[in-house]
Amino acid sequence: MAMVLNEDQQLLRDSARNFCQNNAPISVVRRLRDEKSELGYDESIWQQMVELGWPGMAIAEQYGGFEFGYTGLGLVLEETGRTLASSPLIASVLLGASLLSEAGNGEQKSKLLPQIVAGELRLAVGVDEGPHHAPSRVACSAVKEGTEYILTGTKSFVLDGQTADKLIVSARTSGEPHSEGGISLFMLEANAQGLQIQRATMVDSRNAANLVMDQVRVSEDSLLGVEGLGFTALDTALDIARTGVASEMLGSVQEVFRRIVEYLKQREQFGVQIGAFQALQHRAAQMYSEIELCRSAVLGALRCLDDPSATAKDRAIMASLVKAKLSEVSETVSNEGIQMHGGIGMTDEFDIGFFLKRARVAQQFLGDASFHRDRYAKLHNF
Amino acid sequence: MLALKQFRDSTRAWLEENCPPSMRTPMVPEEIVWGGRNTVFTNPESKLWLDRMAHRGWTCPTWPAEYGGGGLSGGEAKILAEELARINARVALTSFGISMLGPVLLEYGTHEQRMEHIPKIIRGEIRWCQGYSEPGSGSDLASLGTKAILEGDEYVVNGSKVWTSYADKADWIFCLVRTDFEVPKHSGISFLLFDMASKGVSTKPIQLISGSSPFCETFFDNVRVPAANLMGRLNEGWSIAKRLLQHERTMISGFGLASGQGDRGGTTSTTASLEGTAMHYRGDKDRLSDPALRDQIAQFKIDSEAFALTSQRSSEESKQGGPNATSSMLKYYGCELNKRRYELLLKAMGSQGLGWDGDEFEAEELQVTREWLRSKANSIEGGTAEVQLNIVAKRVLGLPDMLSLAGKT
Repeated sequence: MAMVLNEDQQLLRDSARNFCQNNAPISVVRRLRDEKSELGYDESIWQQMVELGWPGMAIAEQYGGFEFGYTGLGLVLEETGRTLASSPLIASVLLGASLLSEAGNGEQKSKLLPQIVAGELRLAVGVDEGPHHAPSRVACSAVKEGTEYILTGTKSFVLDGQTADKLIVSARTSGEPHSEGGISLFMLEANAQGLQIQRATMVDSRNAANLVMDQVRVSEDSLLGVEGLGFTALDTALDIARTGVASEMLGSVQEVFRRIVEYLKQREQFGVQIGAFQALQHRAAQMYSEIELCRSAVLGALRCLDDPSATAKDRAIMASLVKAKLSEVSETVSNEGIQMHGGIGMTDEFDIGFFLKRARVAQQFLGDASFHRDRYAKLHNF
Repeated sequence: MLALKQFRDSTRAWLEENCPPSMRTPMVPEEIVWGGRNTVFTNPESKLWLDRMAHRGWTCPTWPAEYGGGGLSGGEAKILAEELARINARVALTSFGISMLGPVLLEYGTHEQRMEHIPKIIRGEIRWCQGYSEPGSGSDLASLGTKAILEGDEYVVNGSKVWTSYADKADWIFCLVRTDFEVPKHSGISFLLFDMASKGVSTKPIQLISGSSPFCETFFDNVRVPAANLMGRLNEGWSIAKRLLQHERTMISGFGLASGQGDRGGTTSTTASLEGTAMHYRGDKDRLSDPALRDQIAQFKIDSEAFALTSQRSSEESKQGGPNATSSMLKYYGCELNKRRYELLLKAMGSQGLGWDGDEFEAEELQVTREWLRSKANSIEGGTAEVQLNIVAKRVLGLPDMLSLAGKT
């Protein structure tokens, strides 16, 4: 497994970087926030991303995708992280399309994946039911009645939940409230009767929602995969999404660090650049070291997703490794981003605060550092 | 690709035939082969293994064949390393000649110097030590004062060095000396090679907190060194010294990887994993009973794995250029990791990890105590953690240097 990018991947990264810097700069996030955008992203920028082929990056050719691998998608997400460019790439592509690919049958995939690639369909995925990530803790119930299932329960922190056309939710068809067995996956229309979608306005200005399902009836065709055996596919899709979100976080962390180093060279106090002070130099050098580890961890985890010889357990280990590491470093670097800029870092006019806000949401999303260290330890039998 | 496949097949066959059985068992500290005139092989198969590997130049696989090296390409060397790892083969020869002097000798030495020294390093005939630090020159290495004055065709060396690893066992020394006292400190240093058996050289081991004495004080009293033993140009030794430090840091950063050599605190890493040891002392069915320790060990393992990937990435990125400024980052992080590892081992083992002597402790437990103490030197030797962070700040991040702003360098 090579730890350097090939030429195609470098070209992709460079073009994604150009696009984000020129077409989706951080000023867009500010505008979306000030406008209190319902969408949480800019539709015209998203359509340009679709034209660039980003939604189809990791999707199989038979479903209209480009089979550029998760490494390709990860490189794109890293660049979106540098400018905090929001889009349906995470909820609909990274999480939604991956879950559909893992759990769906041939018909479901043939029908829906090409629509995602074309930017015509936006998915959202509802997993958690409380303020912490716990994918096996499913109280939401699905009861079979004739050719239908009746869903009752709640879902929280559903990214793009309010703007998606369809939602995939996990629900319990059997088993104890904490068991992995007995979890099934269902596809709902956003306008399904009995489904309430309430926007949760988050600190990062992106779109998240809480769902209330009160006797939502879906046909048995809406079941993804086998009843009661949904957890394996769900966890695999979550591992893909955890790795992809870590890639996005890597972009943000590198951008914050770039801004820190630039400021250390520019700001003068006591007659010298503040970057000459060893107290700041050593913290910067330590951050540099941690970020180098993050770069390797992200690349290693993306390579693992694309490696046909890797097992689901290998991918789980790497996904938890990278999400734990990036969550930890992202916290440190976003905090230092404020501290090293001093008073100006606290002002809304200055952009660094947007990175802090996005960092915390990304840290919590799909499991924070302590969730993933626990999972990593379990996967290693200790 | 076909050629590499053939190389792998032939290497595997050769190793199967030539690696003696006891050389496929985990290394024990007393059987590490350092080479040199006075080598005593406690295990005769160690000698056999060394001779066979050295005959092929495989103690230094990528060094040029004209000097007795393996002459392998990077790809072939990687395969050799994989095939050695596959049979758990021991390192045939460990030496500062291989990890530090050889690479700079190949870069800066004359043809005659290479012909004289490289083959002996490869065959383990001469053991080298490093004359760098002095009592008044630690982190500020360039302030060193050991002087060498040219008299006819000889340099006369006077002064002393400290923290000279295994000076009492070494045959030759590569030594930083001051040859000009009138110029700024970095511009008056030269790089000399000389025989430790020369008249006027003496050594005195220093006992450390771990109880062992790997380091010495080394004294030079009118030592006469042939002028031809100057490596590189007169007064330009500092750039060679820094280059060699990059190689040393790359070597030391390896102790953050699982492949630690017993010398610097790390043989237990090859016999048992940290979490395996922790489960032995603090396991409760399928998990560690102490949740805080479990979290710290998970964090450590994550960092170790990310560090290993970073070492791999760094070596792939710098295939052409050899070690670079990131060697300081790797040295810093690898040493911190190794220290963390020993602190976690101690926490996992409780009072059983704190024995000093006697029958109340297993040999492995006593070894952990000693290695834990030894590991504290990791972030001091080869440039302290703080010096590495200074180098990263200056050379990698391009931050201003307060000392040069103050006119001190």
